[in-house]
Amino acid sequence: MPMTLTQKILAKASDKVEVVPGDIVEARVDLVMGHDVLMPLAFEAFEETGATKLFDVNKVVAVQDHFVPAPDVKSAEQSKRLKEYVKKYSMVNYFELGRGGVCHTIIPEKGFVVPGDVAVGSDSHTTTYGALGAFATGLGSSEIGVSMALGKMWFRVPEAIKVVLNGKPGRYIGGKDVILEILRRIGTDGARYCSLEFVGDGIKYLDIDDRLTICNMAVETGAKNAIFEVDSITNEYLQNRVKKDFDVLKADDTAEYKGEIEIDLSKVVPLIAAPHSPDNVKEVHEIKGVKVDQVYIGSCTNGRIKDLREAAEILKGKKVNENTRLIVVPSSQEVYKQALQEGLIDTFLEAGAAIGPPTCGACCGGHMGLLASGEVCVSTTNRNFIGRMGSKESYVYLTSPYVAAATAVAGKIVLPEEA
Amino acid sequence: MIFKGRTFTFGDNIDTDVIIPTKYLVTNSPDELKAHCMEGIDTEFARDVCGNDIIVAGENFGCGSSREHAVLAISGCGVRLIIAKSFARIFFRNCLNRGIYPLEFKHTDQIDRGNIIFVDTDRGILKNETKNEEYEIPKFDAFITELIELGGIIPYARKQLNIR
Ligand code: SF4
Repeated sequence: MPMTLTQKILAKASDKVEVVPGDIVEARVDLVMGHDVLMPLAFEAFEETGATKLFDVNKVVAVQDHFVPAPDVKSAEQSKRLKEYVKKYSMVNYFELGRGGVCHTIIPEKGFVVPGDVAVGSDSHTTTYGALGAFATGLGSSEIGVSMALGKMWFRVPEAIKVVLNGKPGRYIGGKDVILEILRRIGTDGARYCSLEFVGDGIKYLDIDDRLTICNMAVETGAKNAIFEVDSITNEYLQNRVKKDFDVLKADDTAEYKGEIEIDLSKVVPLIAAPHSPDNVKEVHEIKGVKVDQVYIGSCTNGRIKDLREAAEILKGKKVNENTRLIVVPSSQEVYKQALQEGLIDTFLEAGAAIGPPTCGACCGGHMGLLASGEVCVSTTNRNFIGRMGSKESYVYLTSPYVAAATAVAGKIVLPEEA
Repeated sequence: MIFKGRTFTFGDNIDTDVIIPTKYLVTNSPDELKAHCMEGIDTEFARDVCGNDIIVAGENFGCGSSREHAVLAISGCGVRLIIAKSFARIFFRNCLNRGIYPLEFKHTDQIDRGNIIFVDTDRGILKNETKNEEYEIPKFDAFITELIELGGIIPYARKQLNIR
């Protein structure tokens, strides 16, 4: 039977010739990622299994990113616990604050994922790594603990939805607009249990940062995973980052898909998800003028170098509106350094922005930028659920770095060209 | 498995930030987490819920973050059964691993808050005792049934490691 890319990866990882949607397979995992909030619980589960060592010390990664630098004593204790586990199990892939950044930025950046891998993480946005042609998905902490012990995990082989991207995106259109367009069409459960498989000749206009953004927020459609075909752009990105060899798998031409979504990238316009759901998508011009207290540019969705370049392009020589504060958080040390070298950080500082250290920051309402009641935030993050970034009575809009930066200048929601 | 209890009803797309906000993820203790369970949408739930109570919801229950704490918070409240039209996948898996039965049932609209529900998963029936209605419910496939019977992924792993 012909198979989709996801099916091929799962078949290979479970030593099967073929798998069909609905099959339950036990697949080898090539990467297990955890962070300060959810990995201590995973280690508790790991120990409960009776395991005494990690299945492969090179394939497990721990990242301090959510509640660091610790905003309170409880978070400090949690972060300390992760560090103790890291020592106890002689982990070699450990990213302390100041040496890594947001997990989903550094995993691809440091070359931990190659095409064809099965990658799991204690975080729903683990889907991000599908941008590199891997099967990547989030699991709960117990399953992460078990994955660290056994080096394998069970998966239900998902049905697939084919996303065909055609055409060339217009000015100011990037990965965020593409995923918001998908959310607008299929909603927060439109791809539940499914894989989203991206193909089409429009893909060549999307660089890896765009693809990472798309796969990151794919989980907001309920997808199990999202995956891009490997092309020359993928190979170029991987070239100086990865040390291991990999085979490039391809979906069969006659593979079966449960559904198909076709997007003409040339017709996508700047989009924004209004409170309180990522699928409450509007065209930016429809809600222009909403007054904004805070603009947040960062996170695993849009805190990479391309995002900061786009924001700086808008902010160059301009000032953040007097009624608005702008917080910029580069999503890794590498991104931060690059942004410094390119003068982007200068641009932000001169515009009147606050720069945060590379962490999750306020994205999940942890710290460094929580919202008060009644406050409105335009954010480049991925979720705008009630209370996600602070008060239950705050309002979060999700959009691209271009729109976010323009909004910071105007003090209200505007199109990029209007800043 | 047999369940019987009083229901608390919720709508579609109840996300894990609502079930337990991120700021409380600094503990893994179900006892501590339960005090804030559902805080984002129903401030009385945590106070009123007691053992055997059943959560009933619409589509995509537990969407959003992978936090197992959402399931821990619910289990801390004594809830052992969640009936929803559909579940978000990570949340569904977390339920299997933390002793909560995630029952997919299309007719949750027929259940009101405070109804007394009886479920027998072996016989595949759900009875709304308050309304005197009975429905058929689906059974899980062999692998998931085994996982539930073992008590989740940790005992499952323990078994595998012993075999080795
Ligand atoms: S940046 Fe936000 S979405 Fe990404 S891992 Fe951190 S908290 Fe989660």
